Amino acid sequence: MYNNKVLEIFKNPKNVGTLKGANGIGKVGNAACGDIMKIYLKINEDGIIEDASFKTFGCVAAITTTSVATELIKGKTIEEALKVKNSQIIEILGGLPTQKIHCSILAEEAIKAAIEDYYKKQKKLEKTNKNSQV
Amino acid sequence: MERKVYLDNAATTYIATEVLNEMMPCFSVFYGNPNSIHSFGREAQGLVDRARDRIARAINSNSNEVYFTSGGTESDNWAIKGIAHAYSSKGKHIITSSIEHSAVLGACKALEREGYEITYLPVDKFGLVDLAELIHAIRKDTILISIMAVNNEVGTIQNIKAIGKIAKEYDVIFHTDAVQALSSLRLDVKDMEIDLMSISSHKVYGPKGVGALYIRNGIKIENLIDGGHQERNKRGGTLNVPAIVGFGKAVEMTVRDFALYNKKIKKLRDYFVREVKEKIPYIIINGHPHQKVNNIINISFELIEGEAILMLLDFEGIAVSTGSACTSGALEPSYVLRAMGVDDEVAQGSIRFSLGRSTSKDDIDYTIKKLAEAVGKLRKISPQTKSSVKGE
Repeated sequence: MYNNKVLEIFKNPKNVGTLKGANGIGKVGNAACGDIMKIYLKINEDGIIEDASFKTFGCVAAITTTSVATELIKGKTIEEALKVKNSQIIEILGGLPTQKIHCSILAEEAIKAAIEDYYKKQKKLEKTNKNSQV
Repeated sequence: MERKVYLDNAATTYIATEVLNEMMPCFSVFYGNPNSIHSFGREAQGLVDRARDRIARAINSNSNEVYFTSGGTESDNWAIKGIAHAYSSKGKHIITSSIEHSAVLGACKALEREGYEITYLPVDKFGLVDLAELIHAIRKDTILISIMAVNNEVGTIQNIKAIGKIAKEYDVIFHTDAVQALSSLRLDVKDMEIDLMSISSHKVYGPKGVGALYIRNGIKIENLIDGGHQERNKRGGTLNVPAIVGFGKAVEMTVRDFALYNKKIKKLRDYFVREVKEKIPYIIINGHPHQKVNNIINISFELIEGEAILMLLDFEGIAVSTGSACTSGALEPSYVLRAMGVDDEVAQGSIRFSLGRSTSKDDIDYTIKKLAEAVGKLRKISPQTKSSVKGE
């Protein structure tokens, strides 16, 4: 069902765990469907993703696609990260079984959710900064 | 050499040497068509007769009540569709359970499209059908009750004898899918008042592609496969003599060695469960605490997902399954566990370990060690924690 590339990454997933100093955290999926993905981002003042990590509850494809997603966005700008498509993840993996394609879509959504969380936090930060200035 | 441990005996088994030895001459020496009149045919017919006798003896039926099929799925389809069509003038209502094998559920779904009405009985948290609910579901137009003897995912044994009694009392035909039961349960169609029973060869160390349907004499049934005069005009197609011979031997051996293997497997099962409980936290053993077969252990590992566990074990040469082989690839958590009221997330983390004749204590020790590692690794990856799980 899975090709060797997928299994290899599943065996040794990259960027597993929480991230110290993460300023963008995105969580997508639910347990009933079998996948929950959480991506942690550390974005610097220039809008570059300095570091990324993940935690995933799910099948082989879920864990593998989140690992690939975090690899893809490390060192990229927010704009570049937002452009990451699930098809890119599938291409890197050399294909996924049809019924597992949704995992790659979820991984793409997890990146977006983490960035969204970053923006929200920044806005809050700006607000509190403004308020404290007044 | 890489270590291999096969703990998926509920999916299929290897062919026992004694079985294979009896099969071999059927390929090249006794290759006649049992329906031919000449000596080659008669010879093959004799072998088929002997296999039929062996199976009849094992389930306490008459030989002419055993019909060979291509396996469990055909037997289930034939029983359900064949009875439905033969008795449609009496009614179009069938009662089954919500945890049947996909062969039974698939046949029922097909009948629903034809206008039949199916009642899917719920089960309790142990996977048992409630007998009062069964009685309550019986109507004037009920023509068939189809309840499996042993569930293939969790191993729960239904109260087959009681269900047989109820069916007889209410004058409803009773079919049981006993495919998973044959290896570890004594099946007596007379004592259990069973009208039709599906069994399969490859779950009891026989070859794949052959099974049987027991049809009690006096029960009308419409053919599923039309053709020649084989199987008393009820099932067309040249008989697969080597497979049938192997099936007969496999069933005979199963009954002969019943006590021996069941005792051995029960001991290993108890050891396995004890070890898992001791070495791995946050687990739930699914199924009935004692009314279950010895060879199936279904465990939910909380906070993680089953397929990932399966694959990590596979890397270590250990073969297990999530739910059943027939539902793998599905995204939904096991419908059997769902019907038993198991929480979705917990159901996602379930693994079935099914032991067999060749399973050793060493196999179990190796599996437990690798299992603890796999579960630990995946729990480190998982965002779920004990406190994030509902109700904790």
